[in-house]
Amino acid sequence: MIKVEHLHKSFGELKALHDINLEVKEGEIVCLIGPSGSGKSTLCRCIHGLEKPDSGDIYLEGERMDPSQPAKYAEQRKKMGFVFQHFNLFTNKTVLDNCMLAQTSVAGKTKEEAEQTAMELLARVGLADKRDAYPNKLSGGQKQRVAIARALCMNPEIMLFDEPTSALDPEMIKEVLEVMKDLGTNGMTMVVVTHEMGFARKVADRVVFLDGGEIVEQAPSEQFFSNPQSERAKDFLSKVFYD
Amino acid sequence: MADIFTSDNLIFMLKGAGVSLLLALGAVVIGCVIGILFAAAKLSKSKLLRAIGTVYVEIFRGTPMLLQVLFFYLGVPVLYQRITGTRMSADPYMVGLIALSCNSGAYQTELIRSGIQAVDKGQWEAGETLGISYPVMMKEIILPQAFKHIIPPLVSEFITLIKDSSLISNIGALELLYSAQVLGKRYYDYLDPLILAGVMYLCMTVLTSYLSRKVERRMTLSD
Ligand SMILES: Nc1ncnc2c1ncn2[C@@H]1O[C@H](COP(=O)(O)OP(=O)(O)OP(=O)(O)O)[C@@H](O)[C@H]1O
Ligand SMILES: [Mg+2]
Repeated sequence: MIKVEHLHKSFGELKALHDINLEVKEGEIVCLIGPSGSGKSTLCRCIHGLEKPDSGDIYLEGERMDPSQPAKYAEQRKKMGFVFQHFNLFTNKTVLDNCMLAQTSVAGKTKEEAEQTAMELLARVGLADKRDAYPNKLSGGQKQRVAIARALCMNPEIMLFDEPTSALDPEMIKEVLEVMKDLGTNGMTMVVVTHEMGFARKVADRVVFLDGGEIVEQAPSEQFFSNPQSERAKDFLSKVFYD
Repeated sequence: MADIFTSDNLIFMLKGAGVSLLLALGAVVIGCVIGILFAAAKLSKSKLLRAIGTVYVEIFRGTPMLLQVLFFYLGVPVLYQRITGTRMSADPYMVGLIALSCNSGAYQTELIRSGIQAVDKGQWEAGETLGISYPVMMKEIILPQAFKHIIPPLVSEFITLIKDSSLISNIGALELLYSAQVLGKRYYDYLDPLILAGVMYLCMTVLTSYLSRKVERRMTLSD
């Protein structure tokens, strides 16, 4: 579904990503984990094209993503939904309008069709009753669920999450993870940057461990957590688990 | 002395105030459209567009407004005649409106540019991941949020325009200041008409800032 080959990305002198190779199969849930500054967000953003890689290739369903072919590139990007750490809901729009704008202006749907889709997805994340609320009236967990519904409205085949629960109060993390788990159960292909080790262990099929801009280790999630191979992964896990 | 304040003369002055207000209103609206276009140019990826935006802003902010008014009124017709060979007569109201709008457009370009830049980058990124086009993003998301930030400076721009519209008196448009001068000349008394004009300017400017503060307060409440 997604294939990343020899991806490099630097910010000035800083090598954020170094020779990344990664494959994600259809329906697979892959969690990217690693210490702060290891390049997880950068990788996730490069896959969607929010950051332009310095070199390397990204293939979507076997086809190379190439920004120099804008029309095709845009079509490819539409197959991916993106969820941000800080939600990035349109603050001047209601929940419903947040979910409808891209449908009417990009997907060319009528208002009625767009509203129907939006309401279905808002119901799925449990927020149909908030349709007329503005984002600043929602809790963090609610905002993130709306952001997920908004991305789903464009009917993506892949969902990318960049630390979707890191900006949330602890009691709201679960409601968002539940929505994500439900998505995965329904067969969505997902790449999730997260610090929620419980989620990575239970829901992900595979864990990719990054450190210093490189993939240090990747393994089926259960295997990774019970029996990490590299020293750096062991070290990381010993730091995140308090016992 | 006091016989200058006949109802006819008062109406004459009020009409002048109306012209001033209309000129300022027209210029703030047209200047806003100009400002949006040049702000977009200054923020664009194209070097050429950015340069055009910068040159425009620098010219209109860096030369006296009176020079700009006279240039449009006296200079442009000459230019027109040199190029086309035919004469053109300039209407002082029209020329005044154009000059004020162009000048205000330069100031509003900078205001709107800073307003756009103050909008959270995440809004653009969300639009990008949803595939929303630049013009739709601008119109639906970025400009509405930008304008919320810059309403106070836009109101002071409007107040400046109410006062600066008096420069149009130099080309014979019967706005408030020129109306006062006309009465002064007729009665050999400049003091009373000038005071009256000043009071009228004050009414317009003070009322505007009062109204804007009220609107602003309501907007922050609804936030
Ligand atoms: N736009 C940018 N400009 C400059 N440096 C950047 C930029 N984005 C990221 N970096 C740097 O690149 C490195 C990788 O950053 P990245 O955000 O991908 O890390 P991360 O693994 O997501 O970390 P965190 O867990 O803190 O979110 C960091 O050193 C970061 O400071
Ligand atoms: Mg990050």
